[in-house]
Amino acid sequence: MSNILEVNNVVKQYVDYTALNEVSLSVPHGSIYGLLGPNGAGKTSLIRIINQITMPDSGEIILDGERLKPEHVAFIGYMPEERGLYKTMKVGEQCLYLAQLKGLSKHDAKTQLDYWFDRLEIQGWWNKKIQELSKGMAQKIQFVVTVLHKPKLLILDEPFSGFDPVNANLIKDEIIELNRQGTSVIFSTHRMESVEEMCDYIALIHKSNKLIEGKLTDVKKQFRTNSYEVGIVSENIEGLMYDLSQKFTLSQTDFKSLNDELKLEINLGNATPNELLTTLIQRGQVTHFMEKIPSVNDIFIKTVSE
Amino acid sequence: MNKLILIIKREFIAKVRNKSFIVMTFLSPLLFVGIGVFVGYLSQMKADLKTIAIHDETGRFVHEFKSSKEYKYVNLSSVDLKILKDSIVKKSYEGLLVIPKTTDNVLLQKNIQYISNDSPSVTFIGDMEEVVSKKLTAENFQKEGLDTLKINKAKAEVSINLEKASGEAALKGLNEIKIGIGGIFGYLIMMFIIIYGNMVMRSVIEEKTSRIIEVIISSVKPFQLMMGKIIGTSLAGVLQFLIWAILGLSAMFVLSSVFGVQLGATSSVQTQQVMQTAQHAMGSDIQMYIKELWNLPIATILISFIIYFIGGYFLYSSFYASIGAAVDNETDSQQFLLPIIMPLILGVYIGFFTVMNDPNGTIATVFSMIPLTSPIVMMMRIPFGVPMWQIAISMTILFASFLGVVWFASKIYRIGILMYGKKPTWKELYKWLKY
Repeated sequence: MSNILEVNNVVKQYVDYTALNEVSLSVPHGSIYGLLGPNGAGKTSLIRIINQITMPDSGEIILDGERLKPEHVAFIGYMPEERGLYKTMKVGEQCLYLAQLKGLSKHDAKTQLDYWFDRLEIQGWWNKKIQELSKGMAQKIQFVVTVLHKPKLLILDEPFSGFDPVNANLIKDEIIELNRQGTSVIFSTHRMESVEEMCDYIALIHKSNKLIEGKLTDVKKQFRTNSYEVGIVSENIEGLMYDLSQKFTLSQTDFKSLNDELKLEINLGNATPNELLTTLIQRGQVTHFMEKIPSVNDIFIKTVSE
Repeated sequence: MNKLILIIKREFIAKVRNKSFIVMTFLSPLLFVGIGVFVGYLSQMKADLKTIAIHDETGRFVHEFKSSKEYKYVNLSSVDLKILKDSIVKKSYEGLLVIPKTTDNVLLQKNIQYISNDSPSVTFIGDMEEVVSKKLTAENFQKEGLDTLKINKAKAEVSINLEKASGEAALKGLNEIKIGIGGIFGYLIMMFIIIYGNMVMRSVIEEKTSRIIEVIISSVKPFQLMMGKIIGTSLAGVLQFLIWAILGLSAMFVLSSVFGVQLGATSSVQTQQVMQTAQHAMGSDIQMYIKELWNLPIATILISFIIYFIGGYFLYSSFYASIGAAVDNETDSQQFLLPIIMPLILGVYIGFFTVMNDPNGTIATVFSMIPLTSPIVMMMRIPFGVPMWQIAISMTILFASFLGVVWFASKIYRIGILMYGKKPTWKELYKWLKY
């Protein structure tokens, strides 16, 4: 699979600090790519460079096999974190204007707009001014504006901030639907649960450097600790604990279950799951046995605090 | 290019649709005329009748004072001076003119007193002085044995007839009209630059605070956005001016037909006929002035106004745009606006003081070339007649310096629109230039 976007050794320096230090990324076609990092890590700098709002000091950006050029703005849909619309302009006119700025003809823009207004059931808003809409409603318009010109690459900076749960879900479904139709999506967010849910690739930027990049499952494999969550009902808990502590590292844990059982997190070290199971089965009834997979949140915190 | 036109269109429509634009366009000429009529009415209003007491111990002057609509003179020469002074304090009379008893005219000249509670107007004192002087002069003539009649006959009264080199007879007071016209257009340019420059600034700030800016500059270059904004807004200004010009010209046509001035045909015979009949007809002066108004280089004035407005406005609005980009809200813009408004005010002052005295002098000419003041100063000079080559040079300098300024301004603009949260200093703006 080729890449929709390649960032090669991009450096961006401001007067008193370096925003991006030799950052390279590869965003595969058709992926949902999570761009993670704490505040001030350099995510927005990178996104602005991809959108040609600012220029990198060195390095290059390849979009769909071509070096980034001004015409490419038509292929990218960008929703910045700090977003807004003309408050006193009517919704319809505003959408047409912004779509035309992206290079759509007026007629195409109108067709697309009708499609999206129908789809999001906001047909009645055409003649309303943005200032008459609620914040959530304005966000919907903002999303429509971002996707109106059918971008190949969608760059969303904190897309769900400002949405109520219902609308956030609606937008999430739309993003997934667009992705299913072939749009690649770059997602910059702090909300780890949406990364977990939607992204198939992630990259983590911290202090101007890229620390992690790859398929989400690969990254998780890289961060697995060979720990298991175990639930067991046993009559001789002391004996069980003794046996286990001889071979493994134990700690108390908690998870949801219907039984009144002993809940443990067990680090296997170099042992195999089967060795653990053998020990457990001898001492009681196993009700729960699951590998503890590191969450994106865990990976994020672990990497950033290192 | 297409995108630039889109932006221009949006900015133009946004400005023109604005209620304040419509109100300004159609209401301000009315307001202008209204204020004029009001001031005229005020100056026509009769002042209260003031009674002036005259205590003339010589008895020679009191009968020379003739009561008018404004002043009533009362002869109280027989009343004791002390009582009179008291009555002034009690405000029974507006003022008291005291002419002491003396036969020495030289002494008398210096010893006439006027006593009042309020300080009198200069013209009123002048009028009283003239009455006494006239009487004294006549007496002096008599004393020296001169024949007053002969002297009056010998007095020459010269009235110079003004004529332009092109041969048309000119009217006295025409210079005042030119000053007035030049002043109005110079002032109008300043107002237009400030009003429309501010509009550009506000619209930049609006895009910044509503945070739409990042959405837009992910589609177009900041320079395109800035130019589109400047051009679109200027078109709104030109439209407003054209509406005013049409209204003004139609008003002049109406006035002309009311007073029966023939237009178009300006052969010298007809002009003289008009002048001759005008001298007898009622309202002949008004007729002449209207005629002179038509003889002003109206086309040159209007076209130059539009070109100077666009040039001056382009120059200044590049400053305004970069200031708008640098700040987060309008209050922060004040410190940067002052240096921008200074040259405009300087232009108006030079216009009113230097150009009026010497329209083609060195100072006026130099300042009508310097781009920051040229739109105003040149507009004030044009009604007096300025050689075409000077206008051409001045306009060229203006547009060339615009290109230079816009290059700097766009650099500040580009950085500024993405900067939030802090109020920049002059030093920082300078740093942005080097990014």
